[in-house]
Amino acid sequence: MSDRSRYPELVDGKPAVDLDSEKYVKLWHGPQHPGITGNMSLELILCGDEVVDCKTHVGYLHRGFEKLMERRTWIQNFPVVCRIAVPEPAFNEYLYAAGVEELAGIRPPERAQWIRNLNLEMMRLASYMAWLGGQAGAFGNNTIGQWTITHRDYLLDLFEEMTGGRIYHMYMLPGGVRSGLPDGFEGRLEAVLQKCEKLLKEIELVLLNNSVFKARAVGLGYIDKDMIDRYGITGPNQRACGVKRDLRKDAPYLVYDRLDFEIITGTASDAYERTWVRYREMHQCIDLCRQIMARMPKEGPFHEPLPNVLHWRIPPGQTYVKAECTRGEKGYYLVSDGSLYPRRICIRGPSYTHAFPVMEKLAIGTDIADIAGLMVSLHTYPPEIER
Amino acid sequence: MPLKDVIAPFYVWKRAFEKPYTTAKPIEERPGAASYRGFHTNDMALCVGCGTCETICQNEAIDMVPVPGIETTAKDSGLRPMVDNGRCCWCALCVDICTTGSLRLTNEYIWVSTDSDGFRFIPGTGDNPWDDKALGYRRDPGYRLMDYERQDMAMLTPEESARSFLEVVKGYSAEQARKEAERCVDCGICIATCPAHMDIPEYIKAVRDGDFETGLRLLYRTNPMPATCGRICTHRCEEVCSVGHMGDPVAIRWLKRYICDQVPESDYADILRDQSTSNGRKVAIIGAGPGGLSAAYYLTRLGYAVTLYESQEKGGGMLRYGVPSYRLPYDQLDKDIDYILSLGATIHYNTRVGRELRFPELMADFDAIFFSVGLSDPYGLGVEGEDHPRVLSGLKVLEDVTHDRDPDVGRRVAVIGGGNVAMDAARVSRRLGAEVTVLYRRRIEDMPADPEEIHEAQAEQVKFVTQAIPVRVEEGPSPRQVNIRWGEAEMVADEKGGRPRPVLMEDRIHTETYDSIISAIGQGGDYEFLSDEYADRVEMKRGKVIANEYRQTTIPKLFVGGDIANNTADAISAIADGHQAAVGIDHFLSSGS
Ligand SMILES: Cc1cc2nc3c(=O)[nH]c(=O)nc-3n(C[C@H](O)[C@H](O)[C@H](O)COP(=O)(O)OP(=O)(O)OC[C@H]3O[C@@H](n4cnc5c(N)ncnc54)[C@H](O)[C@@H]3O)c2cc1C
Ligand code: SF4
Repeated sequence: MSDRSRYPELVDGKPAVDLDSEKYVKLWHGPQHPGITGNMSLELILCGDEVVDCKTHVGYLHRGFEKLMERRTWIQNFPVVCRIAVPEPAFNEYLYAAGVEELAGIRPPERAQWIRNLNLEMMRLASYMAWLGGQAGAFGNNTIGQWTITHRDYLLDLFEEMTGGRIYHMYMLPGGVRSGLPDGFEGRLEAVLQKCEKLLKEIELVLLNNSVFKARAVGLGYIDKDMIDRYGITGPNQRACGVKRDLRKDAPYLVYDRLDFEIITGTASDAYERTWVRYREMHQCIDLCRQIMARMPKEGPFHEPLPNVLHWRIPPGQTYVKAECTRGEKGYYLVSDGSLYPRRICIRGPSYTHAFPVMEKLAIGTDIADIAGLMVSLHTYPPEIER
Repeated sequence: MPLKDVIAPFYVWKRAFEKPYTTAKPIEERPGAASYRGFHTNDMALCVGCGTCETICQNEAIDMVPVPGIETTAKDSGLRPMVDNGRCCWCALCVDICTTGSLRLTNEYIWVSTDSDGFRFIPGTGDNPWDDKALGYRRDPGYRLMDYERQDMAMLTPEESARSFLEVVKGYSAEQARKEAERCVDCGICIATCPAHMDIPEYIKAVRDGDFETGLRLLYRTNPMPATCGRICTHRCEEVCSVGHMGDPVAIRWLKRYICDQVPESDYADILRDQSTSNGRKVAIIGAGPGGLSAAYYLTRLGYAVTLYESQEKGGGMLRYGVPSYRLPYDQLDKDIDYILSLGATIHYNTRVGRELRFPELMADFDAIFFSVGLSDPYGLGVEGEDHPRVLSGLKVLEDVTHDRDPDVGRRVAVIGGGNVAMDAARVSRRLGAEVTVLYRRRIEDMPADPEEIHEAQAEQVKFVTQAIPVRVEEGPSPRQVNIRWGEAEMVADEKGGRPRPVLMEDRIHTETYDSIISAIGQGGDYEFLSDEYADRVEMKRGKVIANEYRQTTIPKLFVGGDIANNTADAISAIADGHQAAVGIDHFLSSGS
């Protein structure tokens, strides 16, 4: 444990840092820093190598989406939402569509639900690929990022042919999806899944069994079990602590209740354990994709026709819909006043909690060199914080 | 530290020799996927410039602009989308909503140009480097963002309708009207085609909003007979409706009717608030058909003292004495007429100009005159024996029915003609209990009658014999019967590229016996009332009076409209003429030209 005597004194619960004393250094980590997936910054106070205070700053990515959406028709918001979490747009598409469907009383056809589920699991895998490269890179292991980003690209190729877009798919819209799967898709998906499996095996050797990685990640950013509900921690950050919660099981949506899988948990609750949990969840994605491909209906409607969307009014009402994204619970709160435009849309992304209060707490006592690794181990997406 | 943790990382040395997964542009090409959302392209010939893409684009990346070589026509705004790639996010909603399917995306996604303004481009001109690239995203037919099917209209069954003069079409329910109104894409292409240029998208919006007062006010801006037109209008607007390219056109006519059905006539005055102050000038109107009534409405609103002269005992013209009540119930016609007359015009019924009153007197007494006397002279069949007493005129039969007189058509009737008058005469005869056969020179698809009319007549068991040319009318076996000799015709292609002509086949002649033959092959104007003094001064062409855009004839204070002055010969054209003439008269009397 670090020597608390070197820490600044607390005045009204806040550390009183006298920079002129030359005991402390203030360092801005970000807003452009490779250790952070998007633009936000950590204002760090260091005493020697050690972080004694951390304040998070956002505002670099505020695009005002929630307000913007109140000025656009229900269909016009469909291409907007994917931009809310850039590396992981699909969950936004799904949740927006699911919320609108609930308010409008639309039931998407069965086949659409399977395709959506496949799309989301592919998205989870792609998103984890990007994260895995970041996690390795944050500890100086940059080569792994080259491989995982390549493999994410293979997945993006699949998204491209499935949806017409690589990053912003704009595919799951209210009523279902925009098209069925292209011919021969299953084979190409399987080939990519096999490549990913092979890569993961190697990453296990090169990263998870890497003495340097272990030395730096084990024990880093320990999340205490009693923080989980107090801070609203969800997703792998919570599961690595041994809390067995996953919306895919606890509140199944789409076709999750018809798939075989178990919630993956860990115990150690540090950066290394979180990597392990996510690593195993990547295998789980591969398995789920295969299950879906084997069981999904190959024919039939994939979209419930909408009335003329230019004049589409959604009956007054409100709803909260949620899904398990890679980083935990993601929720959309939608309110309709019966007009052509949403009255209010509020988006709850897990990054908000994980990158703000949790990070501010965990940073203290951490070496400056590990800050990037710690941040990535919480897997946060700043664009999602700001909407 | 286990030894494995030190050695394990070296197992993956082979990856060092892996090739990068990168496309080396411009040496290598990597085409986008088959449904890739790349740069826009547009089938210029298919596109009608409806602008729905511009409406839906949430990035305002589309502007509708004129394009050299593309002409404005009734079905085409003449504009084409220009895309701003600096704003576009390639969501392809514009492609999904495109009413013709002309707008698509290619699979091209890279474009290098030295022209810094080049990112604004018109898709489909052929000048864009990707115009010849493979197509990318297209809307899958399995998914749609609008309703392509029209709301079904409730109607009497053919069995019921063939036996009664009750209105056949029952009108939309509130739910149906709202749904039908939702189908409109607000492109407004219909406005140009409507002779009266009604504010169609706006009054359809009023139906969506359930705001019938606004709806009614919008209707009366350009058409003071909306309850009538909501039933019997020739609805040419629907022929150009852009939703009709891939689905059923919006039921514009039924929506107009729906608005009027929601508002009782007693509320009209409060809603329309048509007050005006007298300007001290007098205008005479000859004929209280739709043309005359429309002129009366707009002239009264402009403050003119209007006097109408009508030879019949009631107003409405051919809408009352021609159109049968199962298509246009008299109370609906009266609703329109009563409101127009309630604004203060004076009307003299049973007053035929040229008989009860001389035209020159009107010319002397009034500041301006508008006449819309319609076409009342039925054309003869032009065959030997046509003045047989059992050869009846379609117009006469229909007029008799309006007057509650028995036209005495008998039990077996042949109707000759293929227009709306023929259809009305046939269906009226059915309702009077006759077995009816329509004989028409050309093919069904050549009939000038409304397809709906033909269809309903068929459903009511009216028999259609096409490519049948009357040759002679002869005495029948009894004085109450008549024989018609008619010959089969073959369709001969027209050398000049016109529509095919029917040519009689002399060896295929049939003789049939009927109780009556109703002739309904058209009618001409009767200009006797103009008196010799003026008849020569009014310029005519092919039986129709010539007028300028203000409906002014060659006699400056004399204005004209309706069937005798236009070539479309329907109610809405007469109404538009009446409106135009009112504007023209106002212009003439205030400026003197
Ligand atoms: C059987 C039939 C069915 C039709 N169906 C349709 C339809 O479904 N939809 C549609 O849009 N159109 C239809 N039309 C056409 C439509 O009725 C006419 O285009 C329209 O009525 C023309 O209006 P108007 O004002 O020119 O003349 P008219 O309606 O013919 O009115 C002329 C009026 O002038 C009066 N008049 C004539 N001479 C004198 C005179 N010297 N002095 C005083 N008064 C005089 C006449 O009595 C008459 O009332 C139909 C016509 C007929 C005959
Ligand atoms: S693709 Fe989307 S953003 Fe681009 S022009 Fe079409 S509607 Fe607008």
